[in-house]
Amino acid sequence: MAIRLQFENNCEVGVFSKLTNAYCLVAIGGSESFYSIFESELADVIPVVKTSIGGIRIIGRQCVGNKNGLLLPHTTTDQELQHLRNSLPDSVVVQRIEERLNALGNHVACNDHVALAHPDLDRETEELIADVLGVEVFRQTIAGNILVGTYCALSNRGGMQVHPHTTIEELDELSTLLQVPLVAGTVNRGSDTVAAGMTVNDWTAFCGSYTTATELSVIESVFKLREAHPSAIVDEMRKSLVDSYV
Amino acid sequence: MDEDKGMFNVQQTIGTVLCCRCGIRMQPNAANMCVRCLRSEVDITEGLQKHVVISHCPECDCYLQPPKTWLKAQWESKELLTFCVKRLKNLNKVRLIHAEFVWTEPHSKRIKVRVTIQKEVLNGAVLEQAYVVEYVQQDHMCESCSRVAANPDQWVASVQLRQHVSHRRTFFYLEQLILKHDAAVKAIKIKQMDQGIDFFFGNRSHAVKFLEFLGSVVPTKSRDDKQLVSHDVKSSNYNYKYTFSVQISPVCREDLICLPQRLSSSLGNIGPLVVCTKVTNSIALLDPFTLRHCHLDSDQYWRHGFKSLLTSRQLVEYIVLDIEIPSPPMEAKIGGVRYLLADAQVARVSDFGRNDNIFFVRTHLGHLLNPGDHALGYDLYAANSNDSELEKYKNLVLPEVVLIKKSYEEARLRKRGKPRKYKLKHLEMEVDDRARVDEEKERSDYEQFQRDIEENPELRFNLSLYRNKEYQEESEAGSMADDAAAPLEELLADLVLLDESDEEEDEGMRE
Repeated sequence: MAIRLQFENNCEVGVFSKLTNAYCLVAIGGSESFYSIFESELADVIPVVKTSIGGIRIIGRQCVGNKNGLLLPHTTTDQELQHLRNSLPDSVVVQRIEERLNALGNHVACNDHVALAHPDLDRETEELIADVLGVEVFRQTIAGNILVGTYCALSNRGGMQVHPHTTIEELDELSTLLQVPLVAGTVNRGSDTVAAGMTVNDWTAFCGSYTTATELSVIESVFKLREAHPSAIVDEMRKSLVDSYV
Repeated sequence: MDEDKGMFNVQQTIGTVLCCRCGIRMQPNAANMCVRCLRSEVDITEGLQKHVVISHCPECDCYLQPPKTWLKAQWESKELLTFCVKRLKNLNKVRLIHAEFVWTEPHSKRIKVRVTIQKEVLNGAVLEQAYVVEYVQQDHMCESCSRVAANPDQWVASVQLRQHVSHRRTFFYLEQLILKHDAAVKAIKIKQMDQGIDFFFGNRSHAVKFLEFLGSVVPTKSRDDKQLVSHDVKSSNYNYKYTFSVQISPVCREDLICLPQRLSSSLGNIGPLVVCTKVTNSIALLDPFTLRHCHLDSDQYWRHGFKSLLTSRQLVEYIVLDIEIPSPPMEAKIGGVRYLLADAQVARVSDFGRNDNIFFVRTHLGHLLNPGDHALGYDLYAANSNDSELEKYKNLVLPEVVLIKKSYEEARLRKRGKPRKYKLKHLEMEVDDRARVDEEKERSDYEQFQRDIEENPELRFNLSLYRNKEYQEESEAGSMADDAAAPLEELLADLVLLDESDEEEDEGMRE
């Protein structure tokens, strides 16, 4: 299911929220409506946490994370770090990193297995991403843009939305790297900053309210959201847990 | 290029995305919307004029370019298209790609122009669209046409040109100069007056331009006046008639002048008896006894405003008995003309054979005159001058004769009545009724003017002479001096002066 919403009359919902398979971060808004939509969708499955990073609300662009961990920029205050550590499940490693490029959400795009990174990122940061998030890191560009985090939205299920100007060859190359099928598309009535306009995990997606029905249907089909339910994931997780127990 | 350097190049295939509104498959663009959806979303012709009213003068086919200019343009011409496109407001906000006329019936008073424009919409996508602008022609007579329609002879400025001398030769010369330079094409009317010509213009600036032309060819003095014709208190528009009174200096070529004492001393004690050799916008003076010369520009002239002592009308014919060139010879070249000082013995032609009055004079024409030649000069011996300037000189010894030029009277007698080699154009002039025009005098003045042209190559240089068809080449036993005839090569082929009868004749001959 993909849901349309907006944050204080702004459609760039990917900027103000961070959705992963294990937790959801939401910016502190003037009204509760943005938070309550996330809450109503996700509350019984994963924790929805209200936070700011470095006192700033654009949390989706500042941090990067998946079910394994959360990387925060060096601007994050101690209180915020402590708050996130308290709120998130114990399995999620929360780590603050010293990286010059502090808008991590714009520079890194990841799912639970693989990550694309900005070519200028520090080697140490790359290692941290690999360690904390448990992913394989590739330095890449998308359609000539180095801000890979801005121009692609990624989940494990398949799919990702990338910048519409990506050539077919580049799409092939990226999907080989990521091992997920890729589709070029838009959100918010033709906007090409897909990660800013939406946020996605394996069973749900939140898009800006300008997103048209066509775009929504593309998103749902690419991320395989129609057949996806949180319970299916949980079942799968249980199975693997049971497996590991046994 | 990369392949030349041995680099591997990945082939780039542009992918497709779905149009965000209608879901159609399309190439990605800046708005990520298909063209049709984009069109329906935004109208780039919004705020552009599609209906414009233009003023058109039916008399002269002119279009009003606000605020005041009238632009002449043909139906469906390039100029008209430029004009039409320029009249559109807000067109600077979009990019004009193309404009063309859509055919309309000329009597419909409508002009239709199809305009194609481009504009940037929705984060950088450029949209192109064509639309038709309809112009409605409203008939409105332009200022000049309405003035002509009201009264064709209505003039705004007049130039009254005058020279207070007894002949009209200056005006004949000026007429040729005006014709050559097309100086008076803007004149509405030209009227010949007593001692001058009046020019009438429809615009003050035309008159001022003509005035400047006159100032560049003759020494003039002018003053201007204006008369209030009408006056609108509300818009404070004033309507004037301007009159320029222009006076040409009365000093002409070949005149004998007695310079005022102050001028003479300021010019280095030249003269005081001098001969005027040339009149352009300055006056060239020559002392015939010393070959000293000087130029007076019109400012200098009008400061003193002297008159001639004797004018060319009072020239007397002499016969040269003997010429003696002193050694060493005194020679001078002034403005391309050579002068040689000589002592001459001359006698009046009228006295010749009756008495033995012989004058010994010094002359500047030593290079031209030979014993037996005829020459024209001023007879100061017999002259009874009452010039105030001359009387101021106390101890001045006047020469008895001042020779001015060689006479070609004999050669001319033989040619009398025969047509000349060349023709001159004429200005269309009305003759003032009040001025009594002496036909005989006018003709003799004109004859004199034509002789001047023939004898003076430097005068001829400024004029346009046209070949005369009636002239037949005759065997001339070089009786006239070579420099005293206009050579045929100088004449212009006459294209303008052909009469219609001539043309018919030509056609008849061709057939």
